[in-house]
Amino acid sequence: MVSCIDWPVSSAGATPLVRFEDVSKRFGALTAVDGVNLEIAPGEFFALLGPSGCGKTTLMRLLAGFAEPDEGRILLNGEDIAGLPPHRRPSSMMFQTYALFPHLNVEKNISFGLKQRGWNKDRASARVEEMLRVVRLEGLNLRRPDQLSGGQKQRVALARALAVQPKILLLDEPLAALDRKLREETQLELKAIQRTLGVTFLIVTHDQDEAMVVSDRIAVMNEGKIAQIGAPHEVYEQPASRFVAEFLGEANLFPDGAHWHLVRPEKMTLSATATPGGMAGEVMEIAYFGDRTRYVVKRPHGQVLRISRVNLGPPLSLEVGDAVWASFAPDSAVTLAS
Amino acid sequence: MKRSWPAGAAPFAWLLVFFALPFFLVAKLSLSHAVLAIPPYAPRLDLSRGAAGLIGFVRELNFATYTRLAADRLYLLAYLSSLKFAAIGTAILLAIGYPMAYGMSRYGAFARQTLLIAVIVPFWTSFLIRIYAWIAILNPTGLLNQVLAAFHLGPLNLLNSQTAVIIGLVYAYLPFMVLPIYAVLDRQDESLIEAAQDLGCTPTQAFWRVTFPLSWPGVAAGALLCFIPMVGEFVIPDLLGGSDTLMLGRTLWTEFFADRDWPAACAVAVVLLGTLAVPIALFQRQQAKVLS
Repeated sequence: MVSCIDWPVSSAGATPLVRFEDVSKRFGALTAVDGVNLEIAPGEFFALLGPSGCGKTTLMRLLAGFAEPDEGRILLNGEDIAGLPPHRRPSSMMFQTYALFPHLNVEKNISFGLKQRGWNKDRASARVEEMLRVVRLEGLNLRRPDQLSGGQKQRVALARALAVQPKILLLDEPLAALDRKLREETQLELKAIQRTLGVTFLIVTHDQDEAMVVSDRIAVMNEGKIAQIGAPHEVYEQPASRFVAEFLGEANLFPDGAHWHLVRPEKMTLSATATPGGMAGEVMEIAYFGDRTRYVVKRPHGQVLRISRVNLGPPLSLEVGDAVWASFAPDSAVTLAS
Repeated sequence: MKRSWPAGAAPFAWLLVFFALPFFLVAKLSLSHAVLAIPPYAPRLDLSRGAAGLIGFVRELNFATYTRLAADRLYLLAYLSSLKFAAIGTAILLAIGYPMAYGMSRYGAFARQTLLIAVIVPFWTSFLIRIYAWIAILNPTGLLNQVLAAFHLGPLNLLNSQTAVIIGLVYAYLPFMVLPIYAVLDRQDESLIEAAQDLGCTPTQAFWRVTFPLSWPGVAAGALLCFIPMVGEFVIPDLLGGSDTLMLGRTLWTEFFADRDWPAACAVAVVLLGTLAVPIALFQRQQAKVLS
């Protein structure tokens, strides 16, 4: 049991919009969420990142009201929201499957929550138009969900969730169903929309790149617990544990007594000639990505190193099986706590 | 959609042999007239006389039976009465079947399977025996009245009444209402309900704004699956109904077996099919709209 947490739970200064206090949730014998403490500031783009089954979706569903914590409290604007049913919570959720109502057209999907809130027709349709502009789907008002592409469905789902002016928008793996190119475009767009509207976003994702691209802060989760909270560069450059180091990007780990030293692949250099202090090895694999080349090097005692080299100049004339020497600057190594 | 020839033709061959051909024979019979002979109708097609035989046969066919049906109020009353029974039956079946199907779809996988089997189990007993069982339940000294007597109530004289017919119809057709509705509710995406609640619906509002409209195809299928055969139902009104229970199936039976008026029986059948084709066509169009 860790009594003090070695990273700030809150983002500096601001009063939190959402605060999880020692929140736990069990399903039978499985503890899905285990003593989570977390604060999300107003206007923040916050990511819950972790492998599948780490409890990130459960944590989000506790906030949305689809489940109640077994222990701990969830505060929204300082008020305990325990027992408040989903329809009375000021959050709104964008579902992984989008959950668009198949019997309603785009317009009626987006105005669904507005009708529920008793908005009159003019006000609601003005809001629908506004939302369609935000997600760049003007003119598709009367399409039915089954007449939309995957990307368009995703935008309608976003518009529907944003239309009700939530205090916090919950995004459950919002881009998982899109192909890679569209996903990368949408990540930037999502971030732009969040910045423009100033709404607090909480995204759940298992995709580390996505979490790093879109969010201001990331909570890395593992086995129901928070492994680390920090800005993308913090969790990447100064991971708190071996798990975080290996989950976010590639990690070369060197044992040192009870500790591990981490060196990221891009911080290592490779040479075809023996260098002082260099680690000798053999090239196992070369992968060319255009902007960079990735080498897998095996050391004589079996350790496998991953080295990434930015292609500023001509590539190294190396082939699989060649002898190489890998090295890194001492200050680029990070000592992991555990 | 492109289908390979033998598999694509099979449903059409089936329809031709077991529907179109028999229907053609019934339609032809409805245009002939009854005579005291075996078989009890005329004209009969005599192809040994070649084309002349065919022409003579066609010339003797006419719509006299239909005009007779139209003139006799009995048929109209039987027809309207059948529609009334079927409509009341369908309404009650919906009121009972929908909550049942909805309840079933809310349970866990195991309970759901068990309940589904419970709905289907009665089919393992003969339909006729199950309707006879209702005679034993409803008759003046039957099970129902014994139970009522124990509470110093009754007796209720239900057997051979319109109520008994409705009870029988509802009992016999319940699975046909429950199963299509259940099928639709069962595959409904749970996250749609969550989305509705997330957007501000109470569970009840989510049901009326999302679950119910989306279950409409199942409701329509169940209603038609019950309504159509109930209009032509014979066994239930015959066994449970009284002499005042006027239903088309019974009229048809009487024409055919008691009066030996085959043309009239056939004409009733053709009219019945013609009028039921309307709701079926409506249903088809609605289904096509849902699927498109």
